[in-house]
Amino acid sequence: MFATATVGVLVSMSLALVRALLGPTVYDRVLAVNTFGTKTVLLIAVLGFLTERPEFLDLALVYALINFIGTIAVLKFFEFGDLGLTRRISREAD
Amino acid sequence: MLRAIGLGAVLYGFWISLSGHYTPLLLSLGAVSCVLVVYLSMRMEVVDSEGVPLHVAGRFLAYLPWLMKEVFVANIVVAKTILHPKMPISPRMVVFHGSQDTDLGRAIFANSITLTPGTITTGVHGQEFQIHALSAADLETDEEEQMDARCTRVERGRRA
Amino acid sequence: MDIVFDLVAWACIVAGLFFMLTGTVGILRLPDVYTRLHAAGMTDTMGAGLLLAGMAVVTVEGMIHGEAGYGFVLVRLVLTYAFLLFTSPIATHALARAGLAGGVQPWTADEEGGA
Repeated sequence: MFATATVGVLVSMSLALVRALLGPTVYDRVLAVNTFGTKTVLLIAVLGFLTERPEFLDLALVYALINFIGTIAVLKFFEFGDLGLTRRISREAD
Repeated sequence: MLRAIGLGAVLYGFWISLSGHYTPLLLSLGAVSCVLVVYLSMRMEVVDSEGVPLHVAGRFLAYLPWLMKEVFVANIVVAKTILHPKMPISPRMVVFHGSQDTDLGRAIFANSITLTPGTITTGVHGQEFQIHALSAADLETDEEEQMDARCTRVERGRRA
Repeated sequence: MDIVFDLVAWACIVAGLFFMLTGTVGILRLPDVYTRLHAAGMTDTMGAGLLLAGMAVVTVEGMIHGEAGYGFVLVRLVLTYAFLLFTSPIATHALARAGLAGGVQPWTADEEGGA
């Protein structure tokens, strides 16, 4: 059962990679990488069940958070060109 | 203060449910880190009705099953659209007028819209929600109005 | 009894994989970044939800068979899904807003002659 799930998740991960390579805009690539991250979370969880080591779910939990923060950080970098700036500070600087 | 205690209780429950060890040392370590986090949150001034929305937690949990049902229905519609050989999409931007008063209510509503496949909130200005819809058919149903009314109820409680 | 659990778990996992693969196909087929966000949302909500539900069914089966510590597994599955549900719309919204701020125009069917 979990072998099927692993294969399915891997196939869908490779399809997401195709989109990341094709682009065309940078946002398409960020979207593809974000989806790829979500699938990685699921892959870790499924692998934990496949190898009968459900402790892997801790890793999945942490990866879900890191993936989210990573996506937001990359997007913030494209929007402001800097990770330290926030909208409020940039408005005050105007 | 009540919010700070509530936040601490929620954090401690979270710690216990993840740790799985009930020795005095680990339990006290958990308590110390929860107190530290609550202290830091209070210093950052995020322990308010927006940062710790415990007053809507119960109503929000009651709203979740309906939201999940909507997500399920919308998923099937979008899946049909994507797998259709001709892919009948007609994406468009519309503006929806929400009825929420607080930023918390607007955040719940905007995220509910985004969570439902077929509609994405791309911007919120005051009570105007800018929505990107995958196809015009998604907007013909009164799903958004229902969601709006339910989110307002989550925000205000019985008064609405 | 075990057969019922197995069937439910299989159904959840197969349905989850279906939604996940459909979402990924959508990411490949749809014309622009905003429409692709809808497809990505499918993967995050139903795909992940049903896969985790399948794992939860297996966990409950293990609990019935007296596996100690599987309750914590269940808690972690629910928390993983809760994290995904809370973070996915925020990431989607940030992506759509960054795209609009970056000047990517939404694709419309009319420009393509009703394609």
